[in-house]
Amino acid sequence: MYVAVKGGEKAIDAAHAWLAEERRGDTSVSELSVAQIRQQLTLAVNRVMAEGSLYDPDLAALAIKQARGDLIEAIFLIRAYRTTLPRLGASTPVETAQMAVCRRISATFKDLPGGQILGPTFDYTHRLLDFKLAAEGEVPAAPTAPASLDAVPHVTAMLNRDGLIQTEAQGNATPPDLTREPMELPTTRPLRLQAITRGDEGFILSMAYSTQRGYGRTHAFVGELRIGTVAVEMDIPELGFSVEIGEVELTECETVNQFKGSKTEPPQFTRGYGLVFGQTERKAIAMSLVDRALRWKELGEDNTGAPAQDEEFVLMHADNIQATGFLEHIKLPHYVDFQAELELVRKLRREALAQAEAAE
Amino acid sequence: MNVLSFDATARKAWMGLLARTAPADLAALMPDLPEHAVLRGPEVGAVMVRGRMGGSGQPFNLGEMTVTRCSVRLVDGSVGHAHVQGRDKAHALRAAVLDALMQTAEAEAVENRILAPLRTAETETRALRAAKAAATKVEFFTLVRGEDK
Repeated sequence: MYVAVKGGEKAIDAAHAWLAEERRGDTSVSELSVAQIRQQLTLAVNRVMAEGSLYDPDLAALAIKQARGDLIEAIFLIRAYRTTLPRLGASTPVETAQMAVCRRISATFKDLPGGQILGPTFDYTHRLLDFKLAAEGEVPAAPTAPASLDAVPHVTAMLNRDGLIQTEAQGNATPPDLTREPMELPTTRPLRLQAITRGDEGFILSMAYSTQRGYGRTHAFVGELRIGTVAVEMDIPELGFSVEIGEVELTECETVNQFKGSKTEPPQFTRGYGLVFGQTERKAIAMSLVDRALRWKELGEDNTGAPAQDEEFVLMHADNIQATGFLEHIKLPHYVDFQAELELVRKLRREALAQAEAAE
Repeated sequence: MNVLSFDATARKAWMGLLARTAPADLAALMPDLPEHAVLRGPEVGAVMVRGRMGGSGQPFNLGEMTVTRCSVRLVDGSVGHAHVQGRDKAHALRAAVLDALMQTAEAEAVENRILAPLRTAETETRALRAAKAAATKVEFFTLVRGEDK
């Protein structure tokens, strides 16, 4: 028997009201503004933009406030919002070689054109809690030095001059878009990169870490890591030429991977690539390792059965909104399903007990 | 139609500047708009930003960004277009009106009163950021080793 049940509206309204109150917290503490989140929790904002797959710092900051700091909930809000926007077009590919860098380091060459630029990094901090931040205070201005506004060359472009690294295939084919057509397996590299760049940072990090520990090892060096702003340009049909429609901050990681050659390819360095919205270097490095691990087939490498080599495993589990949706739905009412299970278990128990009695 | 000749390179440059500028900075320099008819929008939408695999290879879809577009016509018939980053409709409207004004006899005045200050501010912001980055550039030095003596 199935009985439709209604109810709970009053309970839900009360739950929402309490949620709003809890979000605000103690009213004797001043309220957090969206601008404060955007300015002072920048890396959280960046993560929400990267995994929400929508570059808009104000919206990401609002989502973080609404989600009470739950970043996956904030990403969910951004994903839901972006589905309401008409698609005005696609940009021409951003030129990261022209990036105005605030950070640019290489683990493969000490002295390289453009130099090692540390930028605003946590790397050399002692990871000791700074209690001065608990008190309000003025921050001294960061030092400056004479700068050149010239673009800094890519490290891989320098290696490429000597033919030591595999060349990227050229072309301008329209890439597949997983927000338009559902992902089908086997995939292609552009589709994988789109899925990984918006994938969950923790998941991509763990997949990358697994390759470092030996599950699909790729012998990666960070050839270059750069963070900075690039112009976004789009062709405007009514003008007949392309114009800049804004600029975005990106993190790019290029790994240079040892490669002894395979059945199909000569010995040379190969590449893994990471490109992520915002200042998100853990994610960009992880992305480049996972990208490289997933390229085993095109490079003629052996499939060792490592999870990071399995595109179905990686791509179908990287999206934290899909994962959350399926995981959390099991907390919603399953009364009827469970009633059926209950009936089944009772019936089986009756039969088992009857058999045991008959045997005695 | 009172349209002066202007080349596409110059137009590209001012349209880019107007797209990147902060809405509040533009509003401060241009509080009032001349009479105009709105042809389209302002409409908020998304543009898919693309990257290149390996930084130099074939394109892939990186993610979307919010963009607002608008088209206007001035009384003299000049048509202006704008695509600006973000969701600020007033920003897109102002940028479209400016694009149209830059095609009229008022171009020079608009350039001096609005575009030049925006350009200067942007150049200064970029220079300061580059100077801060330059201060974090590593100067390597080699320690004298025992066997070198």
